[in-house]
Amino acid sequence: MNYSFHWRPVFQVMPEMLAGCLVTVEIAALSTVIGVAIGVALALGRTGGNRAAAAFALAWIEFGRNTPGLFQIYLVYFGLGSFGLHLNSYAALTAGIAFNNASYLAETFRGGLRAIPSTQTRAARSLGMSAPLAFRLIMLPQLFRIVYYPMVNQMILSVLMTALGLTVGLDTDLAGVTQHFNVLTYRTFEYFSVAAALYYLIAKAMMLTSRVVAWRLFRY
Amino acid sequence: MFNASVSFHDVLFMLRGAGVTLLLTFWAVVGGTTLGVLFGLLRASAPGWPSFALGAVLDVFRSVPLLIQIILVNAFAPILGFDVSAFTIACIVLAVYGAAYCTEIVRASVLAVPQPTRRAARSLGLTWADDLTAIVFPIALRVGLPGWIGLALGLMKDSALVLWIGVIELLRSSQIVVTRTQQPLLVLGIAGAIYFLISFPIARAGAWFERRWQDQ
Amino acid sequence: MIEIEDVHKSFGALEVLKGVSMTVARGEVVSVIGGSGSGKSTLLMCINGLEPIDAGRVVVDGVDVHARATDINRLRRRIGIVFQQWNAFPHLTVLENVMLAPRKVLGKSRAEAEAIATDRLSHVGLKDKLVAYPSRLSGGQQQRMAIARALAMSPDYMLFDEVTSALDPQLVGEVLDTMRMLSSEGMTMVVVTHEMRFARDVSDRVAFFHRGRIHEIGPPEQVIGNPQRPETADFLKSVR
Ligand SMILES: Nc1ncnc2c1ncn2[C@@H]1O[C@H](COP(=O)(O)OP(=O)(O)OP(=O)(O)O)[C@@H](O)[C@H]1O
Ligand SMILES: [Mg+2]
Repeated sequence: MNYSFHWRPVFQVMPEMLAGCLVTVEIAALSTVIGVAIGVALALGRTGGNRAAAAFALAWIEFGRNTPGLFQIYLVYFGLGSFGLHLNSYAALTAGIAFNNASYLAETFRGGLRAIPSTQTRAARSLGMSAPLAFRLIMLPQLFRIVYYPMVNQMILSVLMTALGLTVGLDTDLAGVTQHFNVLTYRTFEYFSVAAALYYLIAKAMMLTSRVVAWRLFRY
Repeated sequence: MFNASVSFHDVLFMLRGAGVTLLLTFWAVVGGTTLGVLFGLLRASAPGWPSFALGAVLDVFRSVPLLIQIILVNAFAPILGFDVSAFTIACIVLAVYGAAYCTEIVRASVLAVPQPTRRAARSLGLTWADDLTAIVFPIALRVGLPGWIGLALGLMKDSALVLWIGVIELLRSSQIVVTRTQQPLLVLGIAGAIYFLISFPIARAGAWFERRWQDQ
Repeated sequence: MIEIEDVHKSFGALEVLKGVSMTVARGEVVSVIGGSGSGKSTLLMCINGLEPIDAGRVVVDGVDVHARATDINRLRRRIGIVFQQWNAFPHLTVLENVMLAPRKVLGKSRAEAEAIATDRLSHVGLKDKLVAYPSRLSGGQQQRMAIARALAMSPDYMLFDEVTSALDPQLVGEVLDTMRMLSSEGMTMVVVTHEMRFARDVSDRVAFFHRGRIHEIGPPEQVIGNPQRPETADFLKSVR
């Protein structure tokens, strides 16, 4: 092995890479929030009485879970152009991940709703609560606890998915910044090892934060 | 040359890409499962710090984006002086990545076998090997199979990422056709349908097994 | 007054209530006994509209429970119910469990609701468990909490559905004592129970339920002490 490693140039661009980390976390958070909102709607649509809504939700969920995330991002980035909708790579990546998140989270929420015994709603209704009030005060808090860790998990997966921004030319997130410097110097291994370490730290930091938050939140 | 419609030839080209996707998946699943079963049994039967250390190392593969892993190995192989094809690198990365997940599936499945059941088996005079093959494996298999099917499908979908290092699998071949025909929606639609047709029936079968076994 | 008039109720092809009629006067305690699956729980749920009925009427203080125009949520404030399975809200403390409905349904202030909840919880002997989560409570304590939760709405009627059946034998007494106390305070109660001693000692009347009908109803000395119908006698033999 007569390759000599050069780490200094990598550490010189550390500020830029850390700024990329922020963009990465931002995209992950954004696509998780959107995914949760759509996921709840899909879960309710799938279980609700409306036939058309149930079919639509099922189609979204099955399509989202049975095709690659990268494919979904491509579809948003390249495919929507056919409808005259040209998203930039940031928006396309966020939308693609959000689409993927919604499909998986919808099933998580559906399972969570089924895990709460129907006797809970009955008890709430017997105290004079309306159905929406019972859902908000009794079902939702319990559902939140059940789906909390799956949701955190999905957010961490979203962080990892943001690296796919490379394939649609995003150059502001961690992977994109890394690639930007990589093509200038071709120190691929050095740059991407540091990027890998940063991704690892982001994932672990999120896990840790979520544990602390859970400890504060769920006292029962 | 600049015929803008998607020809039969293009579809054939994409199907060949799908073949590469399946081949990648095959090697990833075979390699990942072999390593995963090995590591998983190790983790389940040898507690303490070796198991913990192995778990921590494998966790790295689950906490770094797969695309970054692919880029890293692709860059590192020539540094080590290996002259291997992109396809081989793709298979290796996907297999190790799969092993990181498979290990946890195997470990959880083995640990899910209740201790009293195993003690009862041993008290009946079954040997350690009998206990494993007659009691632990059949039960653990039922617990782990749905997760393993999910993992295999996950690897199939994740194999799309190796287009970055130049492997012409299904998604990359679709992209090539898109570039030529300028019909992204149609071409990606065909690609999506192929992915779906591979994944959906297997996912359904997995869910069916899971339901059936839960009822018992 | 609760007036139940010729109520019919089916689940699919299974007719569970086949014309039930009964009235419960203010201050009265009526125990409902009968075999498993005879429709006792269903009847209670029909009284406060948790289950719809197919025919007949349930009228509480002149309000038709199942009429379209009836504001069922408003009516339910006045009818407390406690179920066989403990239905504590697991994400709330004991105090919060009891405060919730007064605050969110009756619109009471936090201080008011807390005062009411503390009062009811002391009443059922749970004063020292206010900040505990239900998972830390025994079954008997959870059932007493459920009673306090219903009482916090200051209901005019209380319905009890086999509230002691899921309890360990040594915990049954404390819950029955709480119910005895309520009856001595003049609460109107409909009590589905398998506890014959309790039914005999506490109720003004006992109704024997059999195959979706009230087979025999009368004072406990009659229905339990000297049943007029062979089915009642058979049932009593089976539970002794
Ligand atoms: N939601 C429901 N859907 C279908 N059938 C039901 C439902 N609820 C009750 N049943 C059936 O109605 C019948 C009467 O049930 P109910 O719970 O009222 O009986 P019960 O007298 O309370 O019995 P137990 O003493 O076991 O509590 C039973 O056969 C039961 O299986
Ligand atoms: Mg019952």
